[in-house]
Amino acid sequence: MEVIKFGKAAALIVAFGVVVGCSSKGGDASGTGAGTGAVDPNAGYTSTSPSSADDGVTSEEAALRAITTFYFEFDSADLKQEAMRALDVHAKDLKAEGNRVVLEGHTDERGTREYNMALGERRAGAVQRYLVLQGVSPAQLELVSYGEEKPDALGSSEEDWAQNRRVELRK
Amino acid sequence: MRKAAKLTRLWMAAVAVLFMAQTAMAQNAIEITRGTDKATPVAVVPLGWQGSSPLPEDVAEIVGNDLGHTGMFVPFDRGNMLSYPTQASEIFPRDWNALGVQYVVAGRVTNPSADRFEIKYVLYGVAREEVLLSKTVSGTQRQLRDMAHHMSDEIFEELTGIKGAFNTKLLYVAAERHSAENTRFTLQRSDYDGARAVTLLQSKEPILTPSYAPDGQRIAYVSFESRRPEIYVHYVQTGRRERITSFEGLNGAPAWSPDGERLAFVLSRDGNPEIYVMNLATKNMRRVTNHYGIDTEPAWMDNNTIVFTSDRGGRPQIYKQNINGGSSERLTFVGNYNANAKLSVDGQTMVMVHRQQGYRNFHIATQDLKSGNLRILTETSLDESPTVAPNGTMLIYATRQQGKGVLMLVSTNGRARSVIPTQFTDLRVPSWSPYLP
Repeated sequence: MEVIKFGKAAALIVAFGVVVGCSSKGGDASGTGAGTGAVDPNAGYTSTSPSSADDGVTSEEAALRAITTFYFEFDSADLKQEAMRALDVHAKDLKAEGNRVVLEGHTDERGTREYNMALGERRAGAVQRYLVLQGVSPAQLELVSYGEEKPDALGSSEEDWAQNRRVELRK
Repeated sequence: MRKAAKLTRLWMAAVAVLFMAQTAMAQNAIEITRGTDKATPVAVVPLGWQGSSPLPEDVAEIVGNDLGHTGMFVPFDRGNMLSYPTQASEIFPRDWNALGVQYVVAGRVTNPSADRFEIKYVLYGVAREEVLLSKTVSGTQRQLRDMAHHMSDEIFEELTGIKGAFNTKLLYVAAERHSAENTRFTLQRSDYDGARAVTLLQSKEPILTPSYAPDGQRIAYVSFESRRPEIYVHYVQTGRRERITSFEGLNGAPAWSPDGERLAFVLSRDGNPEIYVMNLATKNMRRVTNHYGIDTEPAWMDNNTIVFTSDRGGRPQIYKQNINGGSSERLTFVGNYNANAKLSVDGQTMVMVHRQQGYRNFHIATQDLKSGNLRILTETSLDESPTVAPNGTMLIYATRQQGKGVLMLVSTNGRARSVIPTQFTDLRVPSWSPYLP
């Protein structure tokens, strides 16, 4: 379920990036409401066909940069391919800018709260390790696990749970 | 003789309870029989009151509910009572016997001076036509609930030999969510039955795992108020707070040692979650576990031994460990998820969150530490955070109803079950106080 969800979100963001173009670095794609009419719900990473190679690289990078929430399978702290692609861009930015970010780990509501604190930290740790492998200094990365205390989705469906199993990268 | 027989029956109920208080254990050797025993009907008659305005509390109802919560007694419906006696001489044993009532509590409230209320009551044994207890309790109007719980304690102890735990408190966290980024978390302290909640702390960030020290004066909890977890000790009387840990990574799951001098908790400052014990006077800290897996949720078995949750075997299970060293011993083998263990007062029984199979259904279960026998107490699917009354007769846990967190009170014999009433919409992490002075 959550794979599909992630795909949709990514598609949205990619399409958004293509429509608006993206010259600014590290911009947050949310909150403008622009470009929503132009989104093809079936679009994916590979379906975007930029007019020139340069623009394509920039806009795809911008789209990936806009992804700051990374989702996980149930009972897993393994990064997904899509997450790694976005994290590659974040790693590049972090190395260039030297700024500090917080990696917030979250879980779904199943299981005990303190155990989930540990699981959330394990997820944030997976993101941290990946970024460090890409050359980011550990000193730039603060880990905070909120366990199941800050759900994004309030329900108890598989879909809600998938939305809550996440790491958020916050500046 | 009749009394002895009656008490034996009650003892049997108490044993089925699994969580017997140590004192009770010492006094009686009993055979265990399960499933044959029923809750004993007790009539708590509405108390007589001559005042011009009604009393702010229905004392008889509070007493009836208290006794009913243990699952050992069931309050008799006042609508079916044939009379409302207020003293022993007005009790007609044949009437009550015909109704199947075995004990009657009757009394009256007087108001001898300005803010002084006096309750004079009797506990009457119907079968033997005898007054078992005749007492007077007094206090201010605001103390009427305390007086009611005090009555319940005395009645319960007279009937069962087990010290009552009705004059105890409950800690829990309430969350009022206005949006994903705007939730108000409050630490609440109420009577054990949810009445008279008082806010001890409020925050825009999560508060977690509150628990009373054995002295009943201090509370430990985790607060994210600085946008990261920190462990605090909070002095209830003065409101003074002391920050105990603020290390990088996890600071969680504080648990008081039985002597009240130390806290066990979880830190991940060494790279993964490990359990530490801190002496609160000296602030000396010692690491207890050493494993690359998750070690969390310590609970004290005695002053030298903890149990904790670990996924070192692949899935979360409960382990036991001497805090001074040595190897850990796995305690749970039934089910694919066992976590957040708490020990009964006598150390014989463990209560915990248990998942038999699959991924969805978490229940509260007890495990007899000698026999290893497991008993599942709850039937909902997201049950967690069990906390046991200091006399072991009742437990409270958190679960979800209609998408909101609620607290359930259940008797340890599984017979009585009720939702703790609250003014808040979303509750979690209940923690029962010890006996309070």
